[in-house]
Amino acid sequence: MNRFFRWAVLGLGLVGSLAHAAYSVDQLMADLAQNKGGRARFVETRYVALLDKPVQASGEMVYSPPDRLEKHTLLPKMESMVLDKDTLSLERDKRRMSINLSSRPEAQAFVESIRSTLAGNRQALEAHYKLELTGERADWMLTLLPTEPAIAALLQRIKVSGSKKQVRKIEYFQADGDRSELAIEPIDQP
Amino acid sequence: MMSPRVRVFLVWLVLMCAGVAVVSQSRFSADISFFLPSRPTPEQQVLVAQLKDGSVSRLLMVAVGGGDAKQRAQASQAMRQQLAGGGGFLSVQNGAAAAMDSERDFFLRHRYQLSPAVNAERFTEAGLRDAVGETIDGLSSPLGMMVKPFLAQDPTGELMAILEQFNPGAQPEMRAGVWASRDGERAMLLLETQALGSDIDGQAQAVERVQAAFDTAKAKVEGTPNLDLQLSGPGVFAVKSRESIKAEVSRLLVISTIGIVGVLLWVYRSPRLLALGLLPMVSGALAGVVVVSLVHGEVFGITVGFGSALIGEAVDYAIYFFVQSGRMGLSTWRQTFWPTIRLGVMTSALGFGALLFSGFPGLSQLGLYALSGVVTAALVTRFVLPTLAGQVVSVPEPGPWVHRALGWLGQAYRLRVWVAIAAVLAGAYLWQQRDSLWDANLSALSTVSADEAEADGRLRTDLAAPDARYLVMASGADQEAALQAAERVGARLDALTEEGVIGGYDSPVRFLPSARSQQARLNHLPDRAVLEVRLRAALVDAPLSADKLGPFLDGVAAAREAGPVRRADLDGSAMALAVDAMLTPGAKGWNVVIPLRPPAAGVDMPVDRLQAALAGSGALFVDLKGEFDTLYGGYVGEAVRLALAGCALIVLLLGVTLRSVGRLARVLIALALTVVGVLAALHLAGERLHLLHLVGMLLIVAVGSNYALFFDRAAGGEALDAATLMSLGVATLTTAIGFGTLAASHVPVLQAIGVTVGPGALLALLMAAVFVYPPRRT
Repeated sequence: MNRFFRWAVLGLGLVGSLAHAAYSVDQLMADLAQNKGGRARFVETRYVALLDKPVQASGEMVYSPPDRLEKHTLLPKMESMVLDKDTLSLERDKRRMSINLSSRPEAQAFVESIRSTLAGNRQALEAHYKLELTGERADWMLTLLPTEPAIAALLQRIKVSGSKKQVRKIEYFQADGDRSELAIEPIDQP
Repeated sequence: MMSPRVRVFLVWLVLMCAGVAVVSQSRFSADISFFLPSRPTPEQQVLVAQLKDGSVSRLLMVAVGGGDAKQRAQASQAMRQQLAGGGGFLSVQNGAAAAMDSERDFFLRHRYQLSPAVNAERFTEAGLRDAVGETIDGLSSPLGMMVKPFLAQDPTGELMAILEQFNPGAQPEMRAGVWASRDGERAMLLLETQALGSDIDGQAQAVERVQAAFDTAKAKVEGTPNLDLQLSGPGVFAVKSRESIKAEVSRLLVISTIGIVGVLLWVYRSPRLLALGLLPMVSGALAGVVVVSLVHGEVFGITVGFGSALIGEAVDYAIYFFVQSGRMGLSTWRQTFWPTIRLGVMTSALGFGALLFSGFPGLSQLGLYALSGVVTAALVTRFVLPTLAGQVVSVPEPGPWVHRALGWLGQAYRLRVWVAIAAVLAGAYLWQQRDSLWDANLSALSTVSADEAEADGRLRTDLAAPDARYLVMASGADQEAALQAAERVGARLDALTEEGVIGGYDSPVRFLPSARSQQARLNHLPDRAVLEVRLRAALVDAPLSADKLGPFLDGVAAAREAGPVRRADLDGSAMALAVDAMLTPGAKGWNVVIPLRPPAAGVDMPVDRLQAALAGSGALFVDLKGEFDTLYGGYVGEAVRLALAGCALIVLLLGVTLRSVGRLARVLIALALTVVGVLAALHLAGERLHLLHLVGMLLIVAVGSNYALFFDRAAGGEALDAATLMSLGVATLTTAIGFGTLAASHVPVLQAIGVTVGPGALLALLMAAVFVYPPRRT
């Protein structure tokens, strides 16, 4: 009996952990890869220790899989950021700037965290981060822990959460304790 | 008493020794000053300074290929480390970001002296509210990460205002953390040598250092891949060019000497006569170098290379002397032949002499060298050779083939119609092809091959390296005045950048503004108490509390104390190099060179707009490529005038001496047809004609007329004998060998003269036989 009980507990535990692992990173990635892109509204909130209250920015994002991401900030100030392959272009107050990301490994890792998550590219994510997935398909949270010291010096972790193929929120926890939160709301395609 | 023979020989020997002494002290150079104008306009002065010593002339571009991206990056890093530490280079860049932080710290430390945003409004209550508000907004932008660490000390965002001026435009690709070529297959480095562009020894050392660093780095790379090194840049070309000229000069002289000695031995069959015959030639070649060295102060390698042609020409007089005087005795020779030879010397001298007036220093040096060489050779033949040779001159009798040739010569006139028809056809062909005959580009004269130029262009594109085609030059009596002038120019250029007329510009005032404008900025900074009051008022409703901005108040107070940044404050930094490259002392005060960037790659700038925008500022707009084209156009125009003037003088001389319109006309027809024939043949052979071919035409007239004159003597009634014909044939042959050797040269200047004059001399003899030699009707 005792023996059986032990087996049962183990068995249940096993079943339980199997049930828990039912939504794996691979499945999440496969789901995310289903996302055919499109437009979304975003609200970005930054919590900076030096500031008495958080700063907020909002606007629209456009994602065209697999490697183009546009972020058009409308408030508090018009600003555009376009990530196309390895080039990050910024436009603000008629000023334009173009950065080749491969020249800035830490910036690349940062940018890659959004884009590779959106694209469901596990390999690219694991090049820079250790992945931890919790939750279930309808409400998951993926935590990215930087593996490279240069990135870890700036960034503690990134938490991406969402539902099925849709990313809803990205939180950055910076090494100095500041953090920012990007909430994403898809705009239904007409 | 010494015999006159010994006396003359001793005088000659002393002069030769003196000549050797001068030559041993001469400075030989193989740099681009051969091509640079001797009387430059102000724009050309900028061009010359940039080409010789400008920062662009000191760029070395390095590409490492082979292996994989990681191995190439390792090699690139190892090379950077060794080259940056080893001296000899002002900067060694491979794209690795390590050097960036020190620049940023410098800007941060001197932000209130350097920021263009500091003005009277910036530190009022309203100005502070705007500036700080802007910075806080920036926190939410992707650039926020860059701004945040400096928020407390620089809440008005002066660091960003400074950095925004340096939009670098195009940047090289990156692979494995270092610069790579566009296709990613090669790691790239960009070096600036300490040695000036005109210091070829220094450039050669720099090239060796790079090679050594590559060899060391290659051995260190894991997996020992088969890496290869590619190197380009003005210094590399200068070194290669010098090496090729050095190797070429001795090679050309040896080939030409062997050829000529062979011909002379065959004709004279006597080592003694050969030695005597080489005497005028050696004297002429030596005299040429001596005169050039004394007049110009330095001798170009190309000029010495031209010596191989000169010896072919200078040996002619000795040939005439031995062959002709052996038959008739010295005094008869002096009476009958010397005047004809003298006339030939004079026409050659006129041809070479015309080049003396060229503003193209290389050309005027070639002219001086050949003129002094030919005249010396003639004088030695006339005054030294007879004494030394004595009465015993016996040249073997002309063989039967010479007599046969003499027979044919009498019939050569029968070809006149056919040759004339051929000449008309050649002329028509040239007329029809007139648009594609000439190469209107100075690069035609460069020793850089098309392949090398293409490789250079590829590395330049890969590195997005500046080609610095467009420059603005501002100047002032001292450094401060020059910087103020650069600021005034900058204000006008800012407007043009705003309009999109230019893509941007570099200026030393971004690192080192004039003391006046730095002081003006510092004067706008309020004292600590005033600033604190204003800041509190400005930030009442802001998310950022004034209480946290102590470092800002400290920073402003420190800047007020510190005063303007001086040039010495930049010492040891990359900024110092950048400033020194653009801000240089000149003959009259200081100059600032401001390189302009085109609005897009490969786009020409509207020169008129720029000139109009800069009008009245005292600054000079320079389009280096345009200056080059103008320079070359000027050389060509001048060469045309000189060639025409030289030809006109030769015609005048011939006219005065021959005193017969008919005889003059026949000599001129022979020469004109020679020139047409050579031109047509060169074009058919695919040669694009340039400036030096044009000079070659003048030399055909100058040298070719010598041969026509002997045939003309026959037309004047003095029958030509076999010995004279033989001397004429041999002299033409040696000249053709001398100039023809140059045709094998890799130096375009020499090659062009060689392919023109070598065949030209032979053709001139044939044409003279057909048109000048009188018909002998049998």
